[in-house]
Amino acid sequence: MTTKLLVANLSDIDVKGSRKVKINDTEIAVFRLTDGSVLAVENKCPHKGGQLSEGMVCGTAVHCPLHDWKIDLRSGRVHEPDDGCVTTFETEVDSESGSIYVTI
Amino acid sequence: MATKKKLVLIGNGMAGVRAIEHLLKLSPESYDITIFGAEPHPNYNRIMLSSVLAGGADMKEIVINDWDWYKENNITLHVGHKITKIDTDRKTVVSNLGIEAAYDSLIVATGSNPFMLPLPGADKEGVIAFRDIKDCETMIDASKQYKKAVVIGGGLLGLEAARGLLHLGMEVNVVHINPYLMDRQLDEAASRMLQRELEAQGMQFLLKKSTASIKGKRRATGLVFSDGSEVDGDLVVMAVGIKPNVDLARLTGIEVNRGIVVNDFMQTSVPDIYAVGECAEHRGIAYGLVAPLYEQGAVLAKHLAGVETAGYAGSVTSTKLKVSGVDVFSAGIFVETPDTKALKIQDDLGGTYKKIVLQDGKLIGAVLFGDTSDGAELFSYIKSGESVAGREKELLLGFSADQLGQSSGGNSRLEAMADDEIICGCNGVSKGTIADAIMNKGCNTVGSIKACTKASGSCGGCKPLVEGLLQIYAGDSIGEPVKEGICGCTTLSRDEIVEEITRMKLMSTKEVMNVLGWHNPEGCSKCRPALNYYLGMLYPEEYVDEKESRITNERYHANIQKDGTYSVVPRIYGGVTSPTDLKKIAEVAEKFEVPLVKFTGGQRLDLLGVKKEDLPKIWEELDMPSGHAYGKTLRTVKTCVGNTFCRFGTQDSMGMGIQLEKAFERLNTPAKVKLAVSGCPRNCAEATIKDFGVVAIDGGWELHIAGNGGVKVRATDLLCIVKTEEEVMEWSSAFLQYYRENAQWNERTAQWVERVGLDAVKQGLENREDRLALKDRLEKALSVTTDPWKQIVETDELRKNFEQLSGAEPVKL
Repeated sequence: MTTKLLVANLSDIDVKGSRKVKINDTEIAVFRLTDGSVLAVENKCPHKGGQLSEGMVCGTAVHCPLHDWKIDLRSGRVHEPDDGCVTTFETEVDSESGSIYVTI
Repeated sequence: MATKKKLVLIGNGMAGVRAIEHLLKLSPESYDITIFGAEPHPNYNRIMLSSVLAGGADMKEIVINDWDWYKENNITLHVGHKITKIDTDRKTVVSNLGIEAAYDSLIVATGSNPFMLPLPGADKEGVIAFRDIKDCETMIDASKQYKKAVVIGGGLLGLEAARGLLHLGMEVNVVHINPYLMDRQLDEAASRMLQRELEAQGMQFLLKKSTASIKGKRRATGLVFSDGSEVDGDLVVMAVGIKPNVDLARLTGIEVNRGIVVNDFMQTSVPDIYAVGECAEHRGIAYGLVAPLYEQGAVLAKHLAGVETAGYAGSVTSTKLKVSGVDVFSAGIFVETPDTKALKIQDDLGGTYKKIVLQDGKLIGAVLFGDTSDGAELFSYIKSGESVAGREKELLLGFSADQLGQSSGGNSRLEAMADDEIICGCNGVSKGTIADAIMNKGCNTVGSIKACTKASGSCGGCKPLVEGLLQIYAGDSIGEPVKEGICGCTTLSRDEIVEEITRMKLMSTKEVMNVLGWHNPEGCSKCRPALNYYLGMLYPEEYVDEKESRITNERYHANIQKDGTYSVVPRIYGGVTSPTDLKKIAEVAEKFEVPLVKFTGGQRLDLLGVKKEDLPKIWEELDMPSGHAYGKTLRTVKTCVGNTFCRFGTQDSMGMGIQLEKAFERLNTPAKVKLAVSGCPRNCAEATIKDFGVVAIDGGWELHIAGNGGVKVRATDLLCIVKTEEEVMEWSSAFLQYYRENAQWNERTAQWVERVGLDAVKQGLENREDRLALKDRLEKALSVTTDPWKQIVETDELRKNFEQLSGAEPVKL
């Protein structure tokens, strides 16, 4: 069963920035990209568990703050030469209100 | 399909496996290969054993080909197997564990054994050689139980062993039969300089001593010399030399002299049996250095692959070594005789020595100590045998490698070089391999040659030679050298980017990346912070710093720790604090339950394990400026007490340090910058490993630059000596601004000065007018900075980023 949750408003997140939210026991990083889209992934780098919400956002990827692993926020896949994957979550933005919804 | 021929290699060491590697490149499909090795390890780099002892390398790191390599190349490997018999009629070999293998071709690469002196007592416990991993393990174990070691043999091997033992914490005596050390590689003058250096490192020497017996009961306790004197030692390492391991060959009926006799194609006296490496004797010489062994391996591989080769003509060897951190070089005939003439320079102050030996107008030998940079040039003259008449003094005084590389003479030398000659000593890449990569594999740049052959991939010293080969073989198809840009997003260098930004007045990272054609539209974690820095440096007043282009620590003004918590370091100018500040820090630490409070290496207090959401609250309560312990900026100015209290102090080092820290705090720099001020030449603030170090002397200040105490320790260079505090401020400001304007992002002052040269920096600061202009620009950059902690505390829009999102309301569908 999936649940759709209202987690934030667009104005809560800086462009090329991220905020984190805890849902049940899962910490999720919610990113706002330059093109206005919002993407959400589990806030845990597959390498050493670094918090991706703290990393630098470049295009549709985030660089983990601990060891600079590069993770694609759309697919959750780790860029080469490293290897791995993080869980992604479906997101939705209400263009009028700016409300951000995450489905888990 | 033709059946493959069977190739068996006896000996899993450097020379034999090297030949196999080469053969696999030339003709990967022609042989089924089986390797027998007596040691229970994959092929490892024996030369590095001393580094393992000296703590510089891990056992794992010295493996050349790991187990997977054998698998990938379908090589059958039997380790821990000693071959006991070669049956030349049936063409098979048998191991001590009963494995039999048939061969069409057989390579004997059994290497050499350490020469053990047949002394009374040599069979006692604690008497070992220095040859393989097992010996190293014995030495490491012994160092845990015993204190004193004796090394017999003052040659290269003995000194390496001694250095390792010294590093393991043992007291080491080196016994040598000759009057001076390393007499096979050095002349007496160079040897004496080496001895002085090693003595300073703690090694002790007993020269002109001949060992008569080893004393002790079950275990060795020391040596007795022929003159009746004695020395104590619970570990005796014999390092007097090696002898080719020819037992198996002799047993087989192969012709053996000192080593296994081979011809120019490494063939022994028995058909289809070859020998290579330290066990082989070619034209009367059994080599013990790696370069000739690699050359032999290359010839053998070609011969086995059916590739035409002129054969091995022997090697003129040179020795280029680092003995306990000292560079030494020798080549040819360097001991003077009545027929030779020698030219020498000895510099006891700088610790360098150079001697060249001439005969009939030709260079026949050379010895270098301390600085071996001319070694390669001298060696090429020795090998070519060309006349150097009239240029002897030039050779002695040296001219740069660049000049040689550019002259046509440089390339003609390369052309004349044999295909088997090693160009890249680090990776053992021959001229032939590089030529092949250029002509047959489409390599047309140094970069692609590096990717294909590994040449120039390690120390880079052979890059000019690789470039020369490109010119010879690539001809017109030579590619534009693929420029390595500042990151994978661009091919532009730092200087080109800065120039373009200035020329086109680009004002944001986005603009730079768009206009200069970045591959990734939003850059990466390397170029974005770099561009952000360059823009801020070029336009301090107009450019708006991009928080999102800063690395995590600089964005949150704290150091991220491995568990996602942060650390807080408040500014404590000059490391001088007060009871009030200490109380405040203590109270805050208690209130926020900070898990760890620690002094930093820079005389500050670090509150570690702080939750991100607590950061602004802690800053607010501390009400102290940010210590910037997280950024590419001025970190700390470390000071000693100076003449305020210290009886040796000559100046007010604390005052000077505080003044510097107050002047430069918050300054954005290419990489972190650390300063220190010492109140006297005893230098308790360790100013000579800082980016800018100030050392007080009576009546003035020494200004030191470009030191580093981190990854690669570098002592500072003396910039100048000044008289007043104002001058200290003037020079330090000018230096920092010159660094800001010229260094690459993420380049510490030490690396920068190494790259551009001390003279260039001195020149840039030499005119007072320039210094004042630099200082002006620095002050302008500083004038627009504010304390980041205070700014975040006071700005909700910034502060929100430290909070977790609170809302997570389920939506009814």
